[in-house]
Amino acid sequence: MAIELTVNGKSVKTDVDPDTPLLWVIRDEMKLTGTKFGCGMAQCGACTVHVNGETRRSCVTPVKFMEGSEVTTIEGLEGKEASAVQKAWTGIDVPQCGYCQSGQVMSAVALLKKVPNPSDEDIDTAMNGNICRCATYVRIRQAIKNAAKEV
Amino acid sequence: MGTVFNPSRRGVLAGSGALVLGLALPLKGKKVLAQTSSNPFAPNAFIRIAPDNTVTILSKHIEFGQGPWTGLATLVAEELDADWDQMRVEHAPADVTKYANVLFGVQGTGGSTAMASSYTQMRQAGATARAMLVQAAAEKWGMKPSAITVSDGIVRGSSNSATFGELAEAASKIEPPVEPTLKAKKDFKFIGTDRPKIDSLRKSTGTAEFTIDLYRPNMLVAVAAHPPAFGGTLASMDDREARNVKGVVDIVTVPQGVAVLAENTFAALKARDKLVLNWSDDGAETRDSAALRQLFVDAARTDGIEAAKTGDAAVALAAAEEDGTFIHEAEFYFPFLAHATMEPLDAVLERAEDGSVDVWMGSQIQTIDHGTLAAVLGMDQSNIRLNTMLAGGSFGRLATPTAHFAAEAAAIFKASGMDRPVKFMWTRTNDIKGGYYRPIATHKVRAAMDRSGDILGWEQTVASQSLTKGTPFDTGAEVDATMIEGIKEPYYEMPDHRLTAHMVDIGVPPLWWRSVGHTHTAYVMETMIDEMLEKQGLHPVSGRMRLLKDPREKAVLARVAEMANFNRKMNPERKLGVAVHKSFGTYCAQVAEVSMKNGKPKVHKVWCAVDCGQPINPNVIRAQIEGGIGYGLGAVLFDEITLGQGGKVDQSNFHDYRSLRIHEMPQIEVAIIDSDENPTGIGEPGTPPIGPAIANALRRLDGTRHHNLPIIGLNDPVGV
Ligand code: FES
Ligand code: FES
Repeated sequence: MAIELTVNGKSVKTDVDPDTPLLWVIRDEMKLTGTKFGCGMAQCGACTVHVNGETRRSCVTPVKFMEGSEVTTIEGLEGKEASAVQKAWTGIDVPQCGYCQSGQVMSAVALLKKVPNPSDEDIDTAMNGNICRCATYVRIRQAIKNAAKEV
Repeated sequence: MGTVFNPSRRGVLAGSGALVLGLALPLKGKKVLAQTSSNPFAPNAFIRIAPDNTVTILSKHIEFGQGPWTGLATLVAEELDADWDQMRVEHAPADVTKYANVLFGVQGTGGSTAMASSYTQMRQAGATARAMLVQAAAEKWGMKPSAITVSDGIVRGSSNSATFGELAEAASKIEPPVEPTLKAKKDFKFIGTDRPKIDSLRKSTGTAEFTIDLYRPNMLVAVAAHPPAFGGTLASMDDREARNVKGVVDIVTVPQGVAVLAENTFAALKARDKLVLNWSDDGAETRDSAALRQLFVDAARTDGIEAAKTGDAAVALAAAEEDGTFIHEAEFYFPFLAHATMEPLDAVLERAEDGSVDVWMGSQIQTIDHGTLAAVLGMDQSNIRLNTMLAGGSFGRLATPTAHFAAEAAAIFKASGMDRPVKFMWTRTNDIKGGYYRPIATHKVRAAMDRSGDILGWEQTVASQSLTKGTPFDTGAEVDATMIEGIKEPYYEMPDHRLTAHMVDIGVPPLWWRSVGHTHTAYVMETMIDEMLEKQGLHPVSGRMRLLKDPREKAVLARVAEMANFNRKMNPERKLGVAVHKSFGTYCAQVAEVSMKNGKPKVHKVWCAVDCGQPINPNVIRAQIEGGIGYGLGAVLFDEITLGQGGKVDQSNFHDYRSLRIHEMPQIEVAIIDSDENPTGIGEPGTPPIGPAIANALRRLDGTRHHNLPIIGLNDPVGV
């Protein structure tokens, strides 16, 4: 059964095992490696992508449910929120090991698209599904606020 | 291609003798001297200057978040008078003759030594390169070298000017100076000032390449199933159903367990679930946590091997008891902790046409990984290229003295026939259940403090697993230095002191975990002192000040108390807790402001004063303190690996092995004490004080002493 979806604006047809999580289609099939594997059970957020504009943990999303969906990975991010977030991220050097940061950026961009001026509580709610073992949280919070000013 | 050089190593070791290291390192010095003296000017070791004017540093230290890439580039750029934008960094290849850690004697990163071990070496490398560029310009322009200046990456002499790139080729033909002159501190432009980190952009855009991101042509993906009890072995297996999964190529058994090799990750994972495995527990560690806990608790209750003694603590305590002085007796328990690095362990192996092999992995002790790969593959080390990759965190996890992961990856690759490249990856479950934990530690302390705050006697016994016994890091010492670091020579005045230790042998593999022994020794010392001062009605800061011996330790404590405005009037629902501790040569004091919310501690803010010698990049120092606090805080509040029936690990993923999340992260304010001393560690010293600072604040809130960690544990399993 071939599944058709759009990834970063390009239409993609895949005939992998339909139970394959979207994460492994993105990585193994499409070689888009910005999206990371961290837990495989929707606990860490390293695999966060946007599906039809909403954040989604791609590690627990079987590709069979993605028929016709628009998927955006960090490689396909664009728009004023995305550039403001990435500029803010480098501006105060958020990343340490960097492994979680694609997921953090994806969640932050989705937040700013919905809530242009997020409060601390908004940030907590939007970001608490993204673990950072390096605990860069102080800077993540600051960078989101800096980006909000920029947008 | 213009090139440069490697400076003389003379003077490098001399500058580092005063360091206190977290790791016991028997190889220190000897090997590196023996091997480099035959080849002291190996070209291209640390710096490459290309005609396109980029300056690339070959980093002998792995970058997994602690900032050595930026730090090493800062040191070289300083002496080279480079422009920050022209600096690049790559990992150096595995080659102990060129890239040994000058403090270890092997190529490796750890013990927060990246800057300490590189400060002189990398500055010399930069100064040597600069001298050669200047000499090349002087010859080209017919001028004296002394008439030539360098700034912001441009070499100038009267009306002439050239970039490094333009001079690179000529410079490569110049004889390197024997003792290049290093700058005086007053002339520093880079060292001690903030610079953007060299890897932030690629890590914010998803383009940084980790081991898991490698997709070699025709590559297989391998995942493994491990015995449920440590030391178990495979008795029998039925893999028929697993082999029927589409995409599965092979299933192999190796000493570590069973591996599925497949065309893609999902097929490998799916097949692994279908394996029917029977494990033998012969020789395995099958005791559960309750039994193991008792073992360590009982051990700490008996006198161990004497590790330190000043005066006579027994006599002093007896006298104090007679006088009716307050005697404080306490027991502490610290559980197993997993590192839970964000990127689970992984490696990619590939055989080239000529039969040589490339291995890509987050190798932290390259020399040991390299040797292990060669031994398991049955190949000569010179035919294996070990390529160090960026890694998604380590916190000690990648610094395995047993190279167990390299060994497992190599065994699977070999069993696969080595015809196709293999990416071997652990899943989170392999990681959480996989051992190599911060070992259990127990302490028993008996101490007396009088009304003036003097410590009249101090007896302490610690029980834990040795981290080095039977590894290349084994010094043969009766007591592993890593279990008593931070308390062997108490930093408080205690004329009558005795410390004993038990190295308890169990079958769960232990490993260093960010700040190693200090994770428990600092906690015990700082909560004991705080409780005793409180009991005597003495101030937690001034009481410590009286007892501290080292002026640098006093300075960080004074500074943090000032930052937190420690004596201010507080909302009664909030309390401050303080702790101070030196580790890896670095002095660190913290104050935490804490309240209880819905029966759960809430840490509002942490102030930290740190003295790590000459600051190299303050931005990186602040980041490491922030990260070190967050990492320690999550563990102290929530984390514990437990073993259930038959010795099986109970936890498996982030739902039951909790990580701190963003809403639990306190605000953090850091002050860096300026210093002319050589730089010391920064990756770890932020971690030890946070636990006791919180415990002390909580006790001042409601009187509860937190002597058994974690403080909350799984009563709050998800926390979001
Ligand atoms: S990998 Fe998907 S949430 Fe962790
Ligand atoms: S930067 Fe390392 S896990 Fe977030």
